[in-house]
Amino acid sequence: MHKVLDKSSKQMGAPTRDQVVDLIAAYAHSVDDMRLDIWPQFFTSDALYHVTTRENHEAGLPIGVVRCVGTGMMQDRVKAFYSANIFEPHTYSHIIGRSEFLEQTSDMVVSARSNFQIVRTMETGRMDLFAVGRYLDEVVIEDGQPRFRKRVVILESRNVDILIVIPL
Amino acid sequence: MSPTVQAGRNEASEFRWPPQGVTRAPYRLFTDPEIYQLEQERIFRGKTWNFLCLDIEIQNAGDYRTTTVGETPVVVTRDRDGKIHAMVNRCAHKGALVCLKKKDNVASLSCVYHAWNYELDGKLKGVAFRNGVRGQGGMPEDFDPAQHRLRPLRVESFCGMIFGTFADEIEDVETYLGPEMASFIKRNLGRPLRILGTHSQMIHNNWKLYAENLRDSYHATLLHTFYTTFKVNRLDMDGGITLSERKWHHLSFARRAKMQEAAEYAEAKVHSANYESALDGPGLLEAWEEFDDGITHSIQTVFPNMCIQFTLNSLAIRFFAPRGVDQTELFWIYLGYERDTDEQSSMRVMQSNLTGAAGLVSLEDGCINEFVQRGTRADPDQSSFIEMGGREVESERNSRATETAVRGFWHGYRHIMGF
Ligand code: FES
Ligand SMILES: [Fe+2]
Repeated sequence: MHKVLDKSSKQMGAPTRDQVVDLIAAYAHSVDDMRLDIWPQFFTSDALYHVTTRENHEAGLPIGVVRCVGTGMMQDRVKAFYSANIFEPHTYSHIIGRSEFLEQTSDMVVSARSNFQIVRTMETGRMDLFAVGRYLDEVVIEDGQPRFRKRVVILESRNVDILIVIPL
Repeated sequence: MSPTVQAGRNEASEFRWPPQGVTRAPYRLFTDPEIYQLEQERIFRGKTWNFLCLDIEIQNAGDYRTTTVGETPVVVTRDRDGKIHAMVNRCAHKGALVCLKKKDNVASLSCVYHAWNYELDGKLKGVAFRNGVRGQGGMPEDFDPAQHRLRPLRVESFCGMIFGTFADEIEDVETYLGPEMASFIKRNLGRPLRILGTHSQMIHNNWKLYAENLRDSYHATLLHTFYTTFKVNRLDMDGGITLSERKWHHLSFARRAKMQEAAEYAEAKVHSANYESALDGPGLLEAWEEFDDGITHSIQTVFPNMCIQFTLNSLAIRFFAPRGVDQTELFWIYLGYERDTDEQSSMRVMQSNLTGAAGLVSLEDGCINEFVQRGTRADPDQSSFIEMGGREVESERNSRATETAVRGFWHGYRHIMGF
């Protein structure tokens, strides 16, 4: 397990900015390291994980590319990845920009926007700039740990190359 | 094979279909640039109706929506009388694209290069400096704007979808579809629609591999194992394939088995469409029984390059546009009905996880056709083998373990291509 999730604490209230930045980095690195089994633990049990496109987001349309409500649905995606879905093996490398902290609207939640780019490397060695976009995050403390209560992934392009099976 | 013979066989015009007919599809069809060019002419600019967009995408006067028919750029507009037009999106002056956005609302269509200006129906209405500047230059005396309009397509709207054709002589859309196909489209789209979201996927294969893949009911449970992995109690293994009269289009459907229905669902009608499963997030498959014909899953193709899916309550149009001989852009347009309740909308939204670029049930289709493209490109003279379910090209009402609709596609393809 990643050390961000590993630390036991009795923390209450809102996470600190440092904790949010650490969470965003740890999430990306654990996906890049293909530790998909722990991916749902970065979220609160009733969290929303939504991948959509800029076009849908700006039009206020509810369907994007992925929508998980609660860690159960995330678990199912992980299980499907390991035992049902078929695809050419590939890995990600995330580059994340400096987070901008948005105005705090609650004592418990910290909201941040972070731009990202993901380079995908295929089994053949081919490397592509696979995804460019932004994370809109809401982070809270649950069970003493900072976790995403909401992570909206907004892709700049309407177009996905081949498929998405590894979470962004 | 001698080099001379091989050189001769590289000509698309001399292409010969194997004697086994539509039970074989030569790999050349997926890689030959000349055949790809011929398809633009004979299929996309030939006697076919091509899906352009939805009626609701150009609801207001002055709305336009750009798309492609084959590789030809096309713009669809609505004029001030509410009439729909489609034109090649290419300026009659030097050929620049006239409309650059996916959608917009404009008073007229204006080319940015030299400011030629067109009515919403494509008629040329203004040419910059037509009479010259301070008496100098200008168009010749005999310049006739009526001779220089945006090239029109014929358009027709059917069940909220706008179709266009370059053909002068072609039957109406409903006749093109045939009675069985048309009536199932009315079942699915015959009421006011609402767009719930869109995205596209670049798949690295010839467009016809995706056309085959949609018609390939043989692979459904073999390649896509989500339902079996999560022990989804589908109770809907009963189904079949209907081909249109000319075999161009098809409908593949799964229906809830009748006996099960009687035994297990009679009392609990409300939850009749909910699925037992080993899912940790069962909300994914929350569904309601939308039609009383018992059909729970359907895929319906319209030749050449669109399909309508209805997976539980997830309704979507898929449109796959050729982007070169080995590239295809697959568009997903997720739909609901205007009449949907919030609860129904949110079930459609959750079920959208099943399909699309990250679809739990079918994301494999994003790569499988590329695997065929990569597997076959070195041997254009070999062919695929398509005899599952026999060699006939007929509807199969009781089984989906068949490739009959794939043979149907090639039947239609050979006819229109003259191969
Ligand atoms: S190319 Fe359009 S005005 Fe010249
Ligand atoms: Fe498939």
